[in-house]
Amino acid sequence: MSFLKAPASPALLAFSAAPLAHLRSLDIAVIAIYFAMVIWIGFYLKGRSNTGEEFFMAGREMTAWIAGLSFVSANLGSLELMGWAGSAYQYGILATHWYWVGAIPAMLFLGLVMMPFYYVCKTHSVPGYLNLRYGEHARVLAAISFATEMILMSGVNMFAMAVVMKVVLGWSMTFSIVVSACAVTLYVALGGLRSAIFNEVLQFVLIWGGALLVPILGLIQAGGVDGLKRQIIANMHSDSYFHLWRDTAHFADNPMGVHWTGIVFGLGFAISFGYWCTDFLVVQRVLAAHNLRAARMAPIIGSFFKMAVPFIVILPGLLGLVLLQNPDGSRMQLIPQDTWKACVPMSSDCAPLLKQTSLSPAVQKDVLNQKEGPQSDLHSYNEVLPLMMVRYLGPGLLGLGITALIAGFMSGMAGNVSAFSTVWTYDLYKPLINKKGTDNHYVMVGRLSIVFGVLVSIGAGYLVQRSHGIMDYVQALFSIFIAPLLATILLGMFWKRATRIAGFLGLLSGIIFSASLFEWVHLYPAKLAYVALSPDAKPMAENVFRALWACLFTAIVIFVVSMFTKPRPVAELEGLVYGVTPLPKEEPVPFYKNVWLWATLAVCIFAALNILFW
Amino acid sequence: MHGSGIPIWFFIGVLLVTYGLMILGYGVYEWHTGSYPPLVELTNLHTPVWWGGLLTALGVLYVVKFRPGRVR
Repeated sequence: MSFLKAPASPALLAFSAAPLAHLRSLDIAVIAIYFAMVIWIGFYLKGRSNTGEEFFMAGREMTAWIAGLSFVSANLGSLELMGWAGSAYQYGILATHWYWVGAIPAMLFLGLVMMPFYYVCKTHSVPGYLNLRYGEHARVLAAISFATEMILMSGVNMFAMAVVMKVVLGWSMTFSIVVSACAVTLYVALGGLRSAIFNEVLQFVLIWGGALLVPILGLIQAGGVDGLKRQIIANMHSDSYFHLWRDTAHFADNPMGVHWTGIVFGLGFAISFGYWCTDFLVVQRVLAAHNLRAARMAPIIGSFFKMAVPFIVILPGLLGLVLLQNPDGSRMQLIPQDTWKACVPMSSDCAPLLKQTSLSPAVQKDVLNQKEGPQSDLHSYNEVLPLMMVRYLGPGLLGLGITALIAGFMSGMAGNVSAFSTVWTYDLYKPLINKKGTDNHYVMVGRLSIVFGVLVSIGAGYLVQRSHGIMDYVQALFSIFIAPLLATILLGMFWKRATRIAGFLGLLSGIIFSASLFEWVHLYPAKLAYVALSPDAKPMAENVFRALWACLFTAIVIFVVSMFTKPRPVAELEGLVYGVTPLPKEEPVPFYKNVWLWATLAVCIFAALNILFW
Repeated sequence: MHGSGIPIWFFIGVLLVTYGLMILGYGVYEWHTGSYPPLVELTNLHTPVWWGGLLTALGVLYVVKFRPGRVR
């Protein structure tokens, strides 16, 4: 999910560095048991995934807890863990915005407001909703875009994970790709969405079990939160690493180069609502809930866990700033991904990039002369989490930590391929290729599409890695597509005047507009100042402002076209649009099961956290 | 998981017990022999012992509470 992932991809790690860690037999056993368990779960669930409803929608019988944990887990990929830990090292607590304001309001909105519509219309997918609301063209456009993204992102992430395993453990990339791809293919193709969700919940527990020790031990060694703050201020000569909002009044005041308007409206609305409310990868998990109350409760349960994730992602990044040491005891300084890539192995770009880092001239000289020294072993920001794991986790525990990373990768990939399979089968194959297939036929198509999807993913991953220029485009795919989709769905769901042709044209023109903005800045980096409204803006600001403009542009197109075209009769919109949809009455429940109560509690914690780290 | 079959929480319990016992066992061995891994910090806290114990206890709780066939 490039939108919710740090800008620098670990896929760009170079290959020649020595492995960070060496696993012992106990660690290998921990990892092997994990693989055996997930594959066994796939075989166990095969018998319960025979119909289309069972295979693609997990029988719609998940409890709120399972759907909620799976909802969060599908987004908690290992690259996300490592990328955002690296961002925390680079930007401080500002990176937490992607977990709090960039997630919580949207998750609550999904549960409280949008879920009833998705659930009542009994759609199999988000493109399926577009079909009901705007017609076939909008559905096909969304489905093709989504399926392409899923395959490319799955491939890029698979390859990136293999590179991480190579760098961290020294494993052969082909070995990592083959083993992980086979495991994911087996358990998803056998058990369908049920198996993917089942394993995502398992993986969620493992991620916490494997990664939670790092911040706990790090805080003990740093002398608690106060000790951490004191040392960061002493090392970095700035206290802005601990403030979420204080330094966002001007682009130049914070290391991320963003403005609070971009964070609130671009990230907090366009990106976040686009991802959490309309991206089928995550919405599919909630659609599998066994009743409407569970479907509404699932994102709310997920929001509590999402608020806690910075403890295992952001905190290790901050701790890395003060605790990581070189062999001679001096403070280890990590460097940006592009610098690392230019210097390991050495290239002509290394020297100028190295000068922009905070490494001392002596260390820079050692690096440039390729002289072995205690401080010349370069590591990038994205390696901060594995470095912290290696620092604190001995045999067994390190295996568990590595399993957490692998589990994160596999949950992300399983999410990609299971969502791809559903969209391919129900939104492309069924309406465009074979409308008259039996239920068994579509299940078979779904299983085959998973195998096919994984094979194409592997090919796409290798292709993208060989052509570095494509990587930027692949990573931007989500950002280009998701904001126009949000505007299209929101207007369709809350404005009955929005017409079929307006929805399709709005989505299409919004995607083109968003892609054009991306290309404009890609070709002419100085134009970032126009997109983000400031010459001091940095690339992170471009993402959030581009999403905001794309969302607004799409909304304007839909509004204008709708005003000039004939609306659908209101009777046709029942079950699809707010105001003309009788929502099912939920059975009375004890107060402690009320969704509004838990949503209010989530809002209170969210507000308190933002004030605490203001 | 809703419906029949083995609940997902049971699988999680089994995995936690397995991992917990493996890590706890190594932790006890490490503490007993005093052979701590080089380059790992804070070995004096005996992390594998208490973390392994915690995982085991949590796993046992889940295995017992969600074991197949238990009437809930």
